[in-house]
Amino acid sequence: MGRIFKYVMLDIMKNRFVMVYTFILVLIGWSAFTLEDSSAKGILTLLNLILLTVPLVSILFSAIYIYNSAEFIELLISHPIKRKKIWLSLFWGLNSSLVTAFIIGAGIPLLIFAEPPLSFLMIGIGILITTIFVSLAMLCTIVYKDKAKGIGLTIVLWIYFALLFDGILLFLLFQFADYPIEQPMVLMTALSPLDLSRILILLQLDTSAIMGYTGAIFKDFFGTTIGMVVSLGLLILWGVLPFAYSLSKFKKKDL
Amino acid sequence: MIQIEKISKKFGKLSVLNSVDLFLNKGECIALIGPNGCGKTTLIKIILGMVIPDTGNILVNNESIFKAELYKKQIGYMPQIGRYPQNMTIGQIIKMIKGIRNSDAELDYDLYKAYDLDSLLDKKMSTLSGGTMQKVSAVLAFMFNPAILILDEPTAGLDPIAAEKLKQKIIAEKQKGKLIIITSHLLSELDDMVSELIFMQEGDIIFHQSVSALKTYTQTEKISKAILQILKAGKNGKNI
Amino acid sequence: MKWILITLLLLTSKYALIAKSLHVGSNHSFKTIKAALEKTESGDTVYIHKGLYKEGNIIINKSITLFGIDRPILDGDKKYEVLSVKSSYVTIRGLRVQHSGYASLDDPGGIKVYDATRVTIIDNELYDNFFGIYIQFSTHCLIKNNKIIAFGKEEQTIGNGIHCWKSDSLQIIGNSMKGCRDGIYFEFVNNSVIWRNTVTDNIRYGLHFMNSNNDAYFTNIFSRNGAGVAVMFSKKITMMNNTFNENWGDAAYGILLKEISDCHLSGNTFNKNTAAIFMDGCNRTIVEKNAFSNNGWGLKIQANCMDNTIQSNNFLKNTFDVSTNGTLLLNKFQYNYWDKYTGYDLNKDKIGDVPYRPLSLYSVIVENNPTAMLLYRSLIVTLLDQSEKKIPSLTPENFIDEKPLMNLLKL
Repeated sequence: MGRIFKYVMLDIMKNRFVMVYTFILVLIGWSAFTLEDSSAKGILTLLNLILLTVPLVSILFSAIYIYNSAEFIELLISHPIKRKKIWLSLFWGLNSSLVTAFIIGAGIPLLIFAEPPLSFLMIGIGILITTIFVSLAMLCTIVYKDKAKGIGLTIVLWIYFALLFDGILLFLLFQFADYPIEQPMVLMTALSPLDLSRILILLQLDTSAIMGYTGAIFKDFFGTTIGMVVSLGLLILWGVLPFAYSLSKFKKKDL
Repeated sequence: MIQIEKISKKFGKLSVLNSVDLFLNKGECIALIGPNGCGKTTLIKIILGMVIPDTGNILVNNESIFKAELYKKQIGYMPQIGRYPQNMTIGQIIKMIKGIRNSDAELDYDLYKAYDLDSLLDKKMSTLSGGTMQKVSAVLAFMFNPAILILDEPTAGLDPIAAEKLKQKIIAEKQKGKLIIITSHLLSELDDMVSELIFMQEGDIIFHQSVSALKTYTQTEKISKAILQILKAGKNGKNI
Repeated sequence: MKWILITLLLLTSKYALIAKSLHVGSNHSFKTIKAALEKTESGDTVYIHKGLYKEGNIIINKSITLFGIDRPILDGDKKYEVLSVKSSYVTIRGLRVQHSGYASLDDPGGIKVYDATRVTIIDNELYDNFFGIYIQFSTHCLIKNNKIIAFGKEEQTIGNGIHCWKSDSLQIIGNSMKGCRDGIYFEFVNNSVIWRNTVTDNIRYGLHFMNSNNDAYFTNIFSRNGAGVAVMFSKKITMMNNTFNENWGDAAYGILLKEISDCHLSGNTFNKNTAAIFMDGCNRTIVEKNAFSNNGWGLKIQANCMDNTIQSNNFLKNTFDVSTNGTLLLNKFQYNYWDKYTGYDLNKDKIGDVPYRPLSLYSVIVENNPTAMLLYRSLIVTLLDQSEKKIPSLTPENFIDEKPLMNLLKL
């Protein structure tokens, strides 16, 4: 896998888009902390970056890259290489270049300006979200052979996780307002990696008191070590499962 | 060398290959011909592992290709339209493929020299003409001295001189005892090279004959004429 | 006239002659405080020199002064109430009182005052007592510059720093309390003033009023308490120039106002409180010239509040500036500065031309459905709030500041 991974990395690194992405992350990451008067505001800016920009760029760029690499994949397959290797190399190539961009752009300012437990958590979650959305992108490219449809699907997925899912949660909250729904709601958040990430980070911020104010359950679950481990485990599952499924499909795909 | 057993493939409802059986031997140069959409390319892609058949098996040197990828070390493939990562240069592509194949065999630079790729190494794939791209494909197919060569429309897009150089190379390789499979629409080109003909139509093998036998049977000198005769005869209800 | 003056002079000098000084200490005539007290008469001064005095419960029933020299230590051995003041005109100064009895029915304190008037407790240290200073049925007492430290872990196992019960005209000035249940507790205490105290890290409230009227507290600092100040079932309390910092926790407030009326809050600073002011059943209260910054909620005003005026305040960087649980608002908002206001001022009168609706849709949703906090900082919440600002539909129609200020008030 090493060799193919190397070529994928080389190819992505040359891609102007990844450069621009890194540059924008650097710009936002540093200005968030240096222009705002409090680091708390900078952290909120980065929170939005992690929850909105990172997933959008990760899923969109990965899908476009895979579609544009159709030739490359074909070329590789006519040579003695396992399909699994090719797909894994693409995944790790995309993942590591986007993660690198994230660490340079957002990770370094976080390490400099934010307190250690929080900064590590945010970097970790940023990396996980990148992985999850690369993984979802690869699933999309398997679902649709047609580039336009596939990219449409990635955008729909992003809108779903960033916006629609929370809309559904809100709707359910109103529908079942008279019932004890806190616990089911906490379970529901497992269905959205972005919600899980958002709550995990918010509970590490000062705002945790505001969250706790309205019901101890969030803190009782997400605030504990077990809750944290379970949540991170779920996020890792979100990263692994779509990719694993796409891999099993890719092994049988006609090119 | 390549044994194809009852290969069937459907794309959706469209049946592309209907239980195809073929046996291809060392030292043969086989022309795979037939109208557009007859299943030639699909068959080739199945041999290369790019398309997975619904049923059937393929053995290369008596080993099933669905078990391991290593059989591809023995295959050089020249696609109909070479498609390469757009950001890479010719030099990088060649280097990369060398790296991927990691072949112990002595590399064959005949075509590389003949096409003077040295002077083009820094060109990006995105800037190449279709003909140059085909040259790159041809060079890569022959470079690793494979025992089996699969050439999909090899001369399409090449200028006459380049095409002639390729033909000479094919003949030379055939004489070394390699198995060469060529698909082509240009029947006139095949005359000097081909020893066997496989004619496909709508996913079926219509016939599989040696060229010499075919020429004697139809009493013609040109492959194209021989095929035309057979097709006419076929329409009239005569069997071969 | 002359004779009267001379007689008066003679009278006072006679008193001065009678008043004695008694010294307690290992090198002095009295070895124990109790022994000295037996020899005192009203007007005497007992000087207690440096040392550790474990004498159980010491009762003061004459109008005397207890004066500590080099801060002597009076220790209750965790069994006794240390000092019980049962006479008026007593002054206690310069002592360290520690380890009073704990949690028994009669609420033992470090220093407890029973039915007295004009008792002065000044410049003492109260360390690890159940109640620090306990005043009951007393008037005109002065409690000044005392330092009260306790180590309470939970509400049930610790008393209050300064506990006042059924008293009148007290002055509580310049004290500090730490680690008590309530820093200062007032129940049925009227006409009293609390000034320049520092109240930090107490388990329940920094300052707690129950059924107390006509009191005032000025220029105190309340930091990191369960809640800064709770004013309950009281009337006419004036609250001015206090600072409320970091009263931050799951159910923490800067000020909790419950069932009160005719109060006045002015010039206070609220920074980093979960909810700066929580108003529940408040009437005719004026909230003006306060600064609210970095709070979870600036002002939580329940629907059962009426005729309150909220004016000329600064609202800056709060998560929610205001929130309410009802659909009707019977209070008046005007001339406030809201950092989230985006209107304009064409006639240059420094008042925004467009009225401002400080109540965000999301704060209403959270108020009615706390689980919705799960969606805090979610994109959909931002979008909902924006659309509600443009076309109000769910938030109360009259929850509006008709005259929002364009610039931050200088307070």
